[in-house]
Amino acid sequence: MEQVYPDQKGRYGDFGGKYVPETLMAPLQELEEALDEAMADREFITEYHRVLEKYAGRPTALTYADKVTEMLGGARIYLKREDLLHTGAHKLNNAIGQALLAKRMGKQKIIAETGAGQHGVASATVAAKFGLECKVFMGEEDIRRQEPNVFRMKMLGAEVIPVSSGRGTLKDATNEAIRYWVANCEDTFYLIGSVVGPHPYPRMVRDFQRIIGDESKRQFLEGEPTLPDYIYACVGGGSNAIGMFHPFLEDDVELVGVEAAGKGIDTSEHAATLTKGDRGVIHGSLTFLLQDEHGQITEPYSISAGLDYPGIGPEHAYLFDSKQVRYEAVTDEEAMNALKLLTETEGIIPAVESAHALAQAFKEAKDMSPDKTILINLSGRGDKDLATIMNHFKGEE
Amino acid sequence: MLTQTSFQGKLNKTEDLFIPFIEAGDPTPEVTIELALKLQEAGADILELGIPYSDPLADGPTIQRAAKRALDNGMSLQQAIELIPEMREKGLEIPVVVFTYYNPVLRIGEEKFFKLLEEHGAEGVLIPDLPHEESESVRDLALKHDIEYISLVAPNSEERIQKIASEARGFLYCVSTLGVTGGENQLSSEVTDFIRKVKEHSPVPVAVGFGISTNEDVRMIRDHADGVIIGSKIIRLVEAEVENLKDDSKRQEALDRFYENVRELVE
Repeated sequence: MEQVYPDQKGRYGDFGGKYVPETLMAPLQELEEALDEAMADREFITEYHRVLEKYAGRPTALTYADKVTEMLGGARIYLKREDLLHTGAHKLNNAIGQALLAKRMGKQKIIAETGAGQHGVASATVAAKFGLECKVFMGEEDIRRQEPNVFRMKMLGAEVIPVSSGRGTLKDATNEAIRYWVANCEDTFYLIGSVVGPHPYPRMVRDFQRIIGDESKRQFLEGEPTLPDYIYACVGGGSNAIGMFHPFLEDDVELVGVEAAGKGIDTSEHAATLTKGDRGVIHGSLTFLLQDEHGQITEPYSISAGLDYPGIGPEHAYLFDSKQVRYEAVTDEEAMNALKLLTETEGIIPAVESAHALAQAFKEAKDMSPDKTILINLSGRGDKDLATIMNHFKGEE
Repeated sequence: MLTQTSFQGKLNKTEDLFIPFIEAGDPTPEVTIELALKLQEAGADILELGIPYSDPLADGPTIQRAAKRALDNGMSLQQAIELIPEMREKGLEIPVVVFTYYNPVLRIGEEKFFKLLEEHGAEGVLIPDLPHEESESVRDLALKHDIEYISLVAPNSEERIQKIASEARGFLYCVSTLGVTGGENQLSSEVTDFIRKVKEHSPVPVAVGFGISTNEDVRMIRDHADGVIIGSKIIRLVEAEVENLKDDSKRQEALDRFYENVRELVE
C-alpha cells in the first residue's frame, strides 16, 4: 500500500516533525487546521490557480534547448522556465499560496526570511498585491551580495531587517524570523520560503510548488512520446526540487537533486548538506545538516546565496535516505561555467542557483545517447546575480 | 513514584524558589564554577546550567552573546556536564538542571547523554526545542536515569496545559510572555491568571521565567508562583564583569559585586 507522506505527526519516515519552543505549538496547530481547510476548499484552490495564471504568468514555458543539446551531443535537453515567472523565480508560487492563506486566516502582517532575496521579493510582492504589511529578515552578508533585491523589496513597501548573527546568511535570517514569530504569532503569519521548518511548513510549501512538476509533466508529453528519463533540480532548502520531483515520484524517471559543493566537498567551504552532513535538528525539523562533532551547526558556503544553507527540507532527507532521489554536488566553478554556456548558447542567463542543476545535467547529458531526454528545472533568472557573475569572470575578458 | 528522586532529595523547599541561569563556559569554565557557588550563596535553590549552542532559537540577544563567548572558548555539551562534579567538590549542594537545545543531544546520542548526566550528578534536564509531542523517548530515558525532565508551558498552550502540567516533573517552567528570553515586556496581569490555571494541574512547583529582570518583577511573581527563573538578567550581570572575571587579580572583587547584585535582585 502506498504510504502518504508526511504522516499525522509531520514525519517523512524518520524526518520532519515539530522541534520548536512550546510557544509555537499553538500557532502551528492553528496554521495546520487553516491549511487543511483551505486545501479542501474548491474556491481557495481556484483562486490560487487564477492568481498564478492572471498575475504570475503561469503556465511557464517548457523550452527545448536545441543549441546546447547539439553542442553537448548527448541527451535531448528541456528546460522548465521558472525564470519566466513574475519576479524571476519559482518562489512566487509559494508566496501566493501562503499570502492567500494568511488573508483567509485574517492575518494582516507577514514576515519572511530570505537568502538570495528571491523569496523576500516574492513575499514583498504578494504583500503589495494583497495589501499586507511585510517584514523581511535578511543576513547582512546576503544584503551585501544581493543589493538589487534589497532595493526591490524596499520599493515594494517591505521593511528589510538586517541580521548580523552568525555569518549573516539564510540560516541566521531564519533564526531571527522564528524568534520574531514567537513574540508576534497572534497577528503575524510567517511565510517560509522553502520546504523547511516545522510541520506543516514542508508539506504546505511542497503543495504550493508542485505546480512546477504538474505542468512539466503535461507539457513534456505534448512534445515527446514518453516522460523524461532524467530530471535535475538544484537543492538548497529544496522547494523548487520538491515542486518539480513530487509529481514524478511514482514514475520511471531518474530524479537528481544538485547541492552546492562551493569550493569543493573536501574543503570546509560548501553547502552539500546530504553529501557531507549528518542527521540533526535545524529550524524545527529533523533532517540532515552540516554540523561539527559536538552538534553545533556549522557555517555553509556557496557562491549562490540561495543554496547557502546548512540544512535541507526533511522530505529530501527522506528521499535521500530511501534512495528515491540521487543527490550530487557541483562546485562554484562548475556552476558558473554552466551559467556561461547556457547564456551563450540559448540566450538565457540563469540564476546562479539554477546553474548548479545545469552543470550536473550537462556533465551527464554528454555521455547519454540522443534517444534519452532530460528535463532541468530552471528555477530562476540571473538578473539578481549580475554583480556576482561580473566578479567571478573578472579578468577573463 | 514512591521513591524520592535525586532532584527532590536535594531540593530544600518547594516554594519561593530562586532558579538562576548561567551559561557553561561564559566567560571561562573556571568562572562558571565560581558563579554557581556565588549563586548558591545568594540563595539559589536550583541551578540552571546552560549549554552553549550555535543557533539558540528560544533565546534573545543576551543569551546568544553568552553562548558565543562560551563557544569561542571551545565549550561543548560533554565539557559542560563535566563541570558539575567540580562544582560539587567545591560545595555546590543544590540540584542542577542542564539546559540544552536538542541537536547537541542527538549528536552525542540520547542514551549517552543521560548516562553522562547521571554519572556527573545532574538532577534535571530542560530542552527548549523539544515539545511534549516529540519528547517521549527522552522522558523515558530521563526516568530510567533518575533525571527530572523539566517541561514548559506558555501563555498560548491553552488546552495543552492540563496534559503537560499533570505529567510535569521536578518543577514546571511557565513562560511568562510570548517571545524569546530577555524581553523587556511588562509582566501583565494575565500572567497571574495563567499561573493559577497551571498550578491547578501541576503536581510539582510552578516557576515563572522569561523577561524577569527587576526586584519588582521578582516580588510580583513570588506572590503567585512557587518560583522565579532568572536568565538574561543574570547573564547581563556576568557580562558587565566579563573582563574582570577573566582577570585573576580582579576576579574575587567581581564575584563579590555579582553576589551583591544578585542579592538585590531577589531579596
